[in-house]
Amino acid sequence: MFIVIVGCGRVGSSVARGMLREGHEVSCLDEDPESHARLEVGLEKSWEDLGGQFTVGAGLETEALEAAGIEGADVFIASTDGDNTNIVIAQIAQRRYDVPTVIARVLDPLRAEWYERQGLHTVCPTRVAIEMLEGAVRGSTGRAGAAPDGAAEVA
Amino acid sequence: MYIIVVGAGKVGWNLARELLDKQHEVTLIESDRRRYLTVEQELEHNVSYGDASELWVLERAGIQRADMVIALTGDDEDNMLICQVAKEKYLVEQIIARVNNPRNRRHFDLLNIKPSVSATDLILRLLEHEVPEYGLVHLLDLQEEQLEIIEMLLGKDSAVTGRRVGDLQMPEGSLLISVLRAGKGFVPSADTVLEEGDEILAVLDPGKEDDLKVLFGPEGNGAPSA
Repeated sequence: MFIVIVGCGRVGSSVARGMLREGHEVSCLDEDPESHARLEVGLEKSWEDLGGQFTVGAGLETEALEAAGIEGADVFIASTDGDNTNIVIAQIAQRRYDVPTVIARVLDPLRAEWYERQGLHTVCPTRVAIEMLEGAVRGSTGRAGAAPDGAAEVA
Repeated sequence: MYIIVVGAGKVGWNLARELLDKQHEVTLIESDRRRYLTVEQELEHNVSYGDASELWVLERAGIQRADMVIALTGDDEDNMLICQVAKEKYLVEQIIARVNNPRNRRHFDLLNIKPSVSATDLILRLLEHEVPEYGLVHLLDLQEEQLEIIEMLLGKDSAVTGRRVGDLQMPEGSLLISVLRAGKGFVPSADTVLEEGDEILAVLDPGKEDDLKVLFGPEGNGAPSA
């Protein structure tokens, strides 16, 4: 598959490396030329030598999206550090370029949920963190409840 | 009417003031704390602090009963999405969005955010017609908006004299906005036939001057054959 990733931060770059390792074709777009270095963390060869692509440009510029290859993309991932940018460019990928699979990272849980219902595939790290934290709290209170005599404190 | 205005910059603040004068109910939302405190001294309870990209901030401002939402922030993505949720989630009847970078207008259109207003359009109306010198004259460079307005005199050797405006292949990113002929300016229609001595005004993306020179300049100067 050909995967275009906009936003090459910690999340975007890790996903990019992982997908490349799994044998996919990966193209990254980021405004910051320095973010290229993040792609190569832990790699023995350069990103390009391994077959990756990298383009400098803004996700809202159609010229930059096209330079990154959006017109041939099977998957489009919007993972910049801005929710609004991600939601807008994901919709551009869907509506203007008809990319079959479009995924947007949205930190705001309320909007992630609403846009998901509008047919945009959203991934909400905040919601995952909330669930994990709640789960962790429930786990600890669960143990305390099972051992009301204070055994949980000892454990 | 109940109107929510997002962004208390110069435009937002003055607009809110005018709307209040016209007896509308207004909430102005501002996400910058310092700006909010400044504006709040005058507009008091009519201004609300928060990031209007967040649904709860809009709901706290009473978006469910708003008749109109006007998004005027300096960020086009914010304006697009505020208007999109206003219209599609909260079913607000009327929205108006500000376009900061005219290149983003196609995104507003794609998301069906209409009407969208660009400061460039407003400045265009203020343009006065002055006699240009020969050739291509920069009348106005709008750097932030990334637009230019130029004027050109059509000489007798121009490739476009005698041709219909509708037949011109204007370069992408340029628009013929006015023709000055015999001291009078008018907006050309597709049937307008250009004449020697016409002065044309065009608005264009930066870097399109050369394309325009080729089109309107002397024949045989690389002008595309019809």
